Amino acid sequence: MSIGAEVPRDRAKRLLLGRGRYVDDISLPRMLHLAFVRSPYAHARIEAVDCTDARALDGVVAVLTAAEIADAVASWRAEHKLFPAMAAPEQFALARDIVRWQGEAVAVVVADSRAVAEDGAELVAVTWHELVAVTDAKKALEREAPVLHDDMDSNLAFTTEVASGNTKAAFEKADHVVEEHFRFHRHSGVSLEPRGIIAEFEPSENRLTVHQSHQTPHQQQDLYARLLSLPEHKVRVICPDVGGAFGLKHHLMADELVACVAAKLLARPVKFIADRLESFLADIHCRDHEVTARMAFSPSGEILAVEVDDLFNAGAYGQYPRTSIAEGNQITRLTGAPYRHEHYTANLRMAFLNKSILGHIRSVGHPIACAVAERLVDMGAAKLGLDPIEVRRANYLHGDDFPRTSVGGVEFEYLSLRGCLDKALTMIDVPGFREEQANLRAKGIYRGLGVGTFVELTAIGPEYYGQGGQHISAQETCLLRLEASGDVRCYTGATDQGQGIDTGIQQVVSDTLGVPLAAIEVISGDSALCPVGGGSWGSRGAALAGEAALRAANTLRRNILSIAAGLLQKDVAALNIEDGTVVEAGISHMTVAEVARIGHFQPYAIPDGIPADLTVVERYATKDRLFLAGNGVQIATVEVDVDTGIVTPLRHLVVHDCGRILNPLLVREQVRGGVVQGIGSALYEELRYDDDGHLLTGSFADYLVPMAGEMPDIEVAHLENPTATSELGAKGAGEAGTAGAVSAILNAVNDAIAPLEATIAEVPVTPPRLLKALGQI
Amino acid sequence: MKAPDFDYLRPETLAEAMDMLSRHGEDGAIIAGGQSLLPLLNFRLAGPERLIDIGRLAALKQIVDGDGFVEIGALVRHCDLASSEAVARAFPLLRQAVGHIAHPAVRHRGTIGGSLAMADPAAELGACCLALEAEMSLQSVRGQRWVRAVDFFAGIYETALAPDEILTAVRLPRRGPDSVQIFSEVARRRGDFAIAGLALVADNHMANPRLALLGVADRPILAEKTMALLANNMAAADQAIELIGNEIDPAEDPAYPPAYRRQLVRTLLRRTLMELLP
Ligand SMILES: Cc1cc2nc3c(=O)[nH]c(=O)nc-3n(C[C@H](O)[C@H](O)[C@H](O)COP(=O)(O)OP(=O)(O)OC[C@H]3O[C@@H](n4cnc5c(N)ncnc54)[C@H](O)[C@@H]3O)c2cc1C
Repeated sequence: MSIGAEVPRDRAKRLLLGRGRYVDDISLPRMLHLAFVRSPYAHARIEAVDCTDARALDGVVAVLTAAEIADAVASWRAEHKLFPAMAAPEQFALARDIVRWQGEAVAVVVADSRAVAEDGAELVAVTWHELVAVTDAKKALEREAPVLHDDMDSNLAFTTEVASGNTKAAFEKADHVVEEHFRFHRHSGVSLEPRGIIAEFEPSENRLTVHQSHQTPHQQQDLYARLLSLPEHKVRVICPDVGGAFGLKHHLMADELVACVAAKLLARPVKFIADRLESFLADIHCRDHEVTARMAFSPSGEILAVEVDDLFNAGAYGQYPRTSIAEGNQITRLTGAPYRHEHYTANLRMAFLNKSILGHIRSVGHPIACAVAERLVDMGAAKLGLDPIEVRRANYLHGDDFPRTSVGGVEFEYLSLRGCLDKALTMIDVPGFREEQANLRAKGIYRGLGVGTFVELTAIGPEYYGQGGQHISAQETCLLRLEASGDVRCYTGATDQGQGIDTGIQQVVSDTLGVPLAAIEVISGDSALCPVGGGSWGSRGAALAGEAALRAANTLRRNILSIAAGLLQKDVAALNIEDGTVVEAGISHMTVAEVARIGHFQPYAIPDGIPADLTVVERYATKDRLFLAGNGVQIATVEVDVDTGIVTPLRHLVVHDCGRILNPLLVREQVRGGVVQGIGSALYEELRYDDDGHLLTGSFADYLVPMAGEMPDIEVAHLENPTATSELGAKGAGEAGTAGAVSAILNAVNDAIAPLEATIAEVPVTPPRLLKALGQI
Repeated sequence: MKAPDFDYLRPETLAEAMDMLSRHGEDGAIIAGGQSLLPLLNFRLAGPERLIDIGRLAALKQIVDGDGFVEIGALVRHCDLASSEAVARAFPLLRQAVGHIAHPAVRHRGTIGGSLAMADPAAELGACCLALEAEMSLQSVRGQRWVRAVDFFAGIYETALAPDEILTAVRLPRRGPDSVQIFSEVARRRGDFAIAGLALVADNHMANPRLALLGVADRPILAEKTMALLANNMAAADQAIELIGNEIDPAEDPAYPPAYRRQLVRTLLRRTLMELLP
């Protein structure tokens, strides 16, 4: 069996040898380079743009402003029909009249090299009229705050309430209530390979070919076709090796669209590779929520009610085409979701402000929902003098609770929370830790242990974006082609940015079809070659593209066997394919290669009327199944230096259930990477702005990412409860680590400082914030 | 993030380099390891017309194990400093400090001369030179002059170097056999520039203590009041720990407020003095 085997991915070898081919490694004849002129202000009126000097510079081919590209490209609005009340201001590829965040592009210089383009950009003279910047949601929603968008009468982009039961009454009656005010600061996905694109336009054929570092080639094909008024079949988007994406590469980015416009207007290939500064300035950001939440308990520790108020600091616009709502949506629907309680109210206010657009980065909203609930559970347990682990176990949804629609409106087919907790407790000796913790405290060493329980909404179904009106596929299709040699080419709509989904799909095809792994090549990331699909985001590859591959492999297997049965004059039901050979009760009759040879070159030998296609296509789309919920438990231990405020993670363990596992090696890698990103947002990563909306963290010297030296060993174990909604039984796994890590770390830090009567509810937990919480400074 | 255009000159001898600097000092820049200069160029925070690459000046790559002093050439790289036995014997402080500078890749290119000339207030080597009473050799076609570390650092990224001068070497007087040398710092992650750091150099029983601080002012500084209090007086340790936090006046910094740096410096001194307790 190949499914479930620890197959290393071929791609990893190539990338580690430095033989990857990223967008920037590609060079086309007559290629030009872009540099953007970006706003130094968070909010300003553009009074004039003078490009004379820049145009005169040797090596500059063109300088484009909003006016020059107006006829070549359409504007857009991030609308979502499921949220018709959400504001969706019009956005342009290059800012017109007003810039709304520092880093928004107002002009682009196209030149022979990036260096010359940057020289040119310095020569573009913009006359600015600075406007008051709105940089914080609380202020943005005040009556006197300047309003970002003319067609809105306030900065409130959206507001909603999710409610179930009678929360107010439950809190009034409750014996014990805990409440906390949380701040989750803004960060981003920070892929090592920045955004990048090469756009090439052939005017005689009206053809746009794009190489882009991206997660969703078909979505981009559709967008470029519509926004540039090109026939869709004349647009091809190829995603070569992608050096990390984490969600920041599954949107339309204005910069990349401008590259396509420039290529079209100039009829020459154009390359744009974002440098690190413009990545921090203009990438999609994430989080930035202020959450006030309460949890009500019975005297025995039963969770009775949860109330959440989320103030969402969004960006200057909604992210297109998905909109920015999902993060607030997940927080308001998921907080406390692992626990059985009847009364739930969550409010959301989402405000536009003068910062880069906020969007979907790995584990959208989950880390916040999870940290809020998990912190409140610990606080409740402390207040009641109960063991926080036992409070969790008692309140977890389990057994007969399933299937269930949660109070936040999320469907759970099954969650294995108690199982995950029990397994985790076999991996760490909690009583032993508590004893050591007490001993060390006497010596002034403060250690803490924190538990984080998470549910993870994966593999979204087609209703969400289908009904939203977006052209985003949640259906996956797989095309399998049996070559004349008997080898198999597999074309998938999923894409691989380092996860190894290619290998997972290869394993599914290998097992289902009965041919060795080495006989299968998975081809992805090309909108012209691959069947229309959604690409990779939202932990969907294994569950959706995996199932489509399984279906296609079943069909191809049937066809191979029916050809073989026809040739061998056997009953097809008696035949099987094993290791590339057609067998009957263990006796081999002919190889798949022979079937393929005859199928392609001597088809006259095949009896009429049997299924004999050697290229097959199957699709998989769900109905009325919005998400597949994975789940798990993370336990972190940390040491807090109470004199410097530095937190050192010691151990981090994850027990996770993502249903059927295609490849444990790859799933563990995904979980580990996710945990590291979660620890990053818990301790290090923050996009800091001053009050005027100027970014203070424009390089890796100021924006700190977690580095190997600081990371603990991350121990990962799995339970496997397959979903019954598909034959494969896989759920998503890519975001699990990120979803739970913040909560485990935040609880561990609070556990460590509990004897000092201090608490902290702001992440990242920076040393000064921690020392402030401790009253040291 | 591409550097603006520049010309590139590569002198073979010190004399040639000084000659080039005498002509191009104002609009040119020396490049040594490039670990600070190249980022500045790429961010377009610096835009010299010419880079004068001193990488071939063999004379600047020596460590001289002299009589009463050790002289370290300006082109001695951080990794050379870390592996030099002569340095380790005479100045354990330097070996401790170098371990905190960046990562191996940077340490294999960055030089002591570049670090000192860059004068980043959070650089380890500047504070060590201050603690160790170093003297810097500055040479130009006009001649050579020796400048004491206290006079060398003039402000954030500013030194006593004139535009036509090259820092050629650093001379460190040997300390007595009982010399105490302890370096410590706090950085967020391994290899990051320190938020604050402290270098203590003293003779036995806290005689002639020198406490140099990095990351807390516009240049490496000596905590002179604390030094005076501590001199021959370990009993004043608690007072000194209090004092050193009040003695400094760190600038506002959105990431690390002044109170935080004061707290760090107190902690560093307390931990340093604890090491000296029997
Ligand atoms: C990722 C990273 C992390 C770092 N972390 C640290 C750290 O933790 N601590 C630390 O101290 N440093 C750190 N550095 C900086 C590093 O130590 C540099 O090597 C050093 O600051 C400069 O040395 P250089 O030889 O590279 O000088 P260059 O970059 O070549 O030059 C720096 C400046 O000094 C001038 N200059 C160089 N040599 C001379 C000379 N002989 N005479 C006159 N002027 C001269 C140049 O003109 C330039 O202005 C880090 C650098 C990087 C890239």
